[in-house]
Amino acid sequence: MTDRPLTELGVVETAEAVRRGRLRAEEVTRAHLDRIAAVDGRIRAFLHVTGEAALARAREIDEAVRRGADPGPLAGVPVAVKDNICTRGVPTTAASRMLQDFVPPYDATVIERLNAAGAIIIGKTNLDEFAMGSSTEHSAFQVTANPWDESRVPGGSSGGSAAAVAAGEAPAALGTDTGGSIRLPAAFCGVTGLKPTYGRVSRYGAIAFASSLDQIGPFARDARDTARLLAVLAGYDQRDSTSAQEPTADYEGALTGDVRGLKIGLPAEYFGEGVDSRVAQAVREAVAVLKDAGAQVVEVSLPYTSYTLPVYHLVATAEASSNLARYDGVRYGHRTSRRVTSHGDLIARSRGEGFGPEVKLRIILGTFALSAGYYDQYYGKAQQVRRLIKDDFERVLAQVDLLATPTAPTVAFPIGERADDPMAMYMADICTTGANLAGLPALSIPCGFLDGLPVGLQLIGRPFDEATLLRAADAYQRLTDHHLRRPALAAAGAAGGGA
Amino acid sequence: MSTPVTAGTAVERPYEIVVGLEVHVELTTESKIFCSCPTRFGAEPNSQVCPVCLGLPGTLPVLNRRALEQAVRAALALNCRIQPVAKFDRKNYHYPDLVKGYQISQYDLPVGYEGWLEVGDPANPRRIRIRRVHLEEDTGKSLHDQAPGASVVDYNRSGIPLLEIVSEPDIRSAEEARDYLMHLRQVMLYTGVSDARMEEGSLRVDCNVSVRPRGSDVFGTITEIKNLNSFRSVVRAIEYEAQRQWEVLSAGGTLRRETRHWDERREVTVALRRKEEAHDYRYFPDPDLLPVPLPADWVEEIRASLPELPGARRRRYVLDLDLSVRDADTLVGDPGLAGYFEDLLAAGAEARAAASWVLTQVLAWLNAQGAGIDAFPVPPARLARLLRLVDEGTISMTAAKDVFEEMVRTGAEPDAVVEARGLRQISDQAALLEIVDRVLAANPQPVADYRAGRQQALGFLVGQVMKETRGRANPQLVNDLLRQRLSSDG
Repeated sequence: MTDRPLTELGVVETAEAVRRGRLRAEEVTRAHLDRIAAVDGRIRAFLHVTGEAALARAREIDEAVRRGADPGPLAGVPVAVKDNICTRGVPTTAASRMLQDFVPPYDATVIERLNAAGAIIIGKTNLDEFAMGSSTEHSAFQVTANPWDESRVPGGSSGGSAAAVAAGEAPAALGTDTGGSIRLPAAFCGVTGLKPTYGRVSRYGAIAFASSLDQIGPFARDARDTARLLAVLAGYDQRDSTSAQEPTADYEGALTGDVRGLKIGLPAEYFGEGVDSRVAQAVREAVAVLKDAGAQVVEVSLPYTSYTLPVYHLVATAEASSNLARYDGVRYGHRTSRRVTSHGDLIARSRGEGFGPEVKLRIILGTFALSAGYYDQYYGKAQQVRRLIKDDFERVLAQVDLLATPTAPTVAFPIGERADDPMAMYMADICTTGANLAGLPALSIPCGFLDGLPVGLQLIGRPFDEATLLRAADAYQRLTDHHLRRPALAAAGAAGGGA
Repeated sequence: MSTPVTAGTAVERPYEIVVGLEVHVELTTESKIFCSCPTRFGAEPNSQVCPVCLGLPGTLPVLNRRALEQAVRAALALNCRIQPVAKFDRKNYHYPDLVKGYQISQYDLPVGYEGWLEVGDPANPRRIRIRRVHLEEDTGKSLHDQAPGASVVDYNRSGIPLLEIVSEPDIRSAEEARDYLMHLRQVMLYTGVSDARMEEGSLRVDCNVSVRPRGSDVFGTITEIKNLNSFRSVVRAIEYEAQRQWEVLSAGGTLRRETRHWDERREVTVALRRKEEAHDYRYFPDPDLLPVPLPADWVEEIRASLPELPGARRRRYVLDLDLSVRDADTLVGDPGLAGYFEDLLAAGAEARAAASWVLTQVLAWLNAQGAGIDAFPVPPARLARLLRLVDEGTISMTAAKDVFEEMVRTGAEPDAVVEARGLRQISDQAALLEIVDRVLAANPQPVADYRAGRQQALGFLVGQVMKETRGRANPQLVNDLLRQRLSSDG
């Protein structure tokens, strides 16, 4: 139906073509499996490719279309899934030795929703172990490369998902975002990534890192595709008590291209110290594009910004220390093969062997933050400051419709550069953790390139107002072409296409 | 001055026992507290589990509203104040039977607080204060005797809703502890929140015990006793532990704050672990569960739906109906039996007679059949009618017992049995007098004996009259007539 390679097609294009019978889901799936076979040896985005199941599923979709049924808004769209989201019968490892052999007997709610919408799960993607990291280097199994420069990190923790979308291995992917884990890799890989409002998408089936911060969200190549995915993922789920009853919006319908009168705030704190001035400049230029299109731009201030990172690390590690306590080698997961003398010994050895160093570091920090005599000083205090940070955003978002900031303070950094320096690594999250602490929706879209590497623009919105974020992102993408650029890799290894 | 010692009571000790109880009660919800698994007792191991109550990665708890309602119900019945919100916290520790590495519980905001329960003589009760009532999930059950050299775990119990009820250290004897538990159990049964069976583990007790010299108001060092599986072992363990503590102190020793295990077989407590070595549970609010508001009108609705509670019922039985404390306790202790008794009252039976019938004839039948009151074939109205026949003097007590037997056996109406068997009591003075005179004439020797001052002879004569009438004579009337005749015909 098109002269473009099938791996170049977006979510909406693919789904509409499959629904109309102009494209077969099986061809689409095969093209992506071929692409994975061609490039993933270099990108290492996938931990597990569900080729046979995906093809079988694709044939079902094609059969449904032949019967005249509508397989749904994601008909035949291959989706890569971060490997901390449970998939029934398919290994779900959280990139940890601890869960190397874990096969969930159930699907996450988002997987059920994707399947019901006609999507095809094509594989499970790499991440920092238990989503703890900003580079995907903390995976127990492999380091994912950035498709724009294979010597650089894809960002993290959803690096596999972002890289897969950037490399044309899948038009869409799921990630989880606890402190920037969707947006940061979206920025580093030059794709669109959305962290929805806390409670917008069910967390049921997402292996918890920090429960009060975690959100599942989509990756795609543009805002329209992201809107289509969000419409499928969003909504109340009775299996998640923190999921919101709030009605969803017509996210695609909101993409009018019109940003006239939209008030955009630029928080001064996100453009100062620690942020590469060229990145700040690229973001300002992107905002200028929206301004030219009729948006109003105002400088605003979020005075508690400097506390976001420490507060984030206290809250996230405290919750993680408890969430990861279930991995004790008793019921599932890694169990030590050494002789043990007691259940305490069994648990200690299994955990000692099963967890990597970054996970251990965070468990220790979190355990300390919650311990008797330190709770008030650390976790309790962090919760109080979290409230202030939330108030900060609430106040500013009463004046503006959304905030525009850099997604990351830099472009993708070289593999190995920060792997042994946790503090340097944590700095990658300085622009993203605020939205998690405040529970706000935020997305990242590419807004330019520095030395051939994508720069991310982050938009942060009001609670449950993903529609406005997507409208602004879409308007920007109608006026620019950064999102249309593909890494050179695409040309080098165009095995999946028919160009 | 010496201390009086009476049979059946212990010699007064030189020390006072101070006890606080922590009671865990399993709620009788259909499904578990955070998932929809069933809660049936005694199922095949690990047959009532799902990803949520096994704590598999990615699963999330969803609160069973029914468990929350039952917790509020129990807390209200224990005279507690109710929090405006139900908030849940994580209690972090590792144990193989704990699937998530933490237990979901309530830490700083227990659903109920500042309650009390009355024990002892209803005319002069003692109030045991209840510090807190909180809702939590049960853990699985480790089994160490199933496979050699290995422990296995049954997770059927994992996630069953539990209520933890913590008393203040207001209990002053082992007997009072038993009394408190008995009353607490009754509250659980009356409110329908638990079947509170210690032998099935649906009621579990930990005792905090200390001693102090009589007259002292300072608390001593507390030890906590675990593994108590009957009211009897609670009493024995407290007695033993208090005596042990006092002996240590009397010998100039010091006590350690520790957890002790009740060895059921040897009837001793054994040190388990030092309290100082106790876990730091690192409680924090569970981010997976949002606080649930408990609106005042909803709480009041539950309060209004509470039945008459055992304490009030016991007070009414003793103070208003003039039953003995013992009878009141027996009735109140069996809600089914008490319900039957209430129905008898409603049908017009006199309270003491009704209690006596229920606790002798009815109970004897139930015990003989091994049945519960639900299986008792005589409807309360019918038994009340039988009691009325006795009360009105229509039949004698002896006859009534025969009628009762037949009613139970055949389901007959009492009046019909009385008529069919000619049991109507002879209360006609003239008719009886005739028989009395005949008996007196036929028995000159007993008459002479009686007149010579041997009172027992009267009993023989009464017996003869009863025999003549085949038991139908009104015994009181016979007595009166005989005395009258024997004194006048001197």
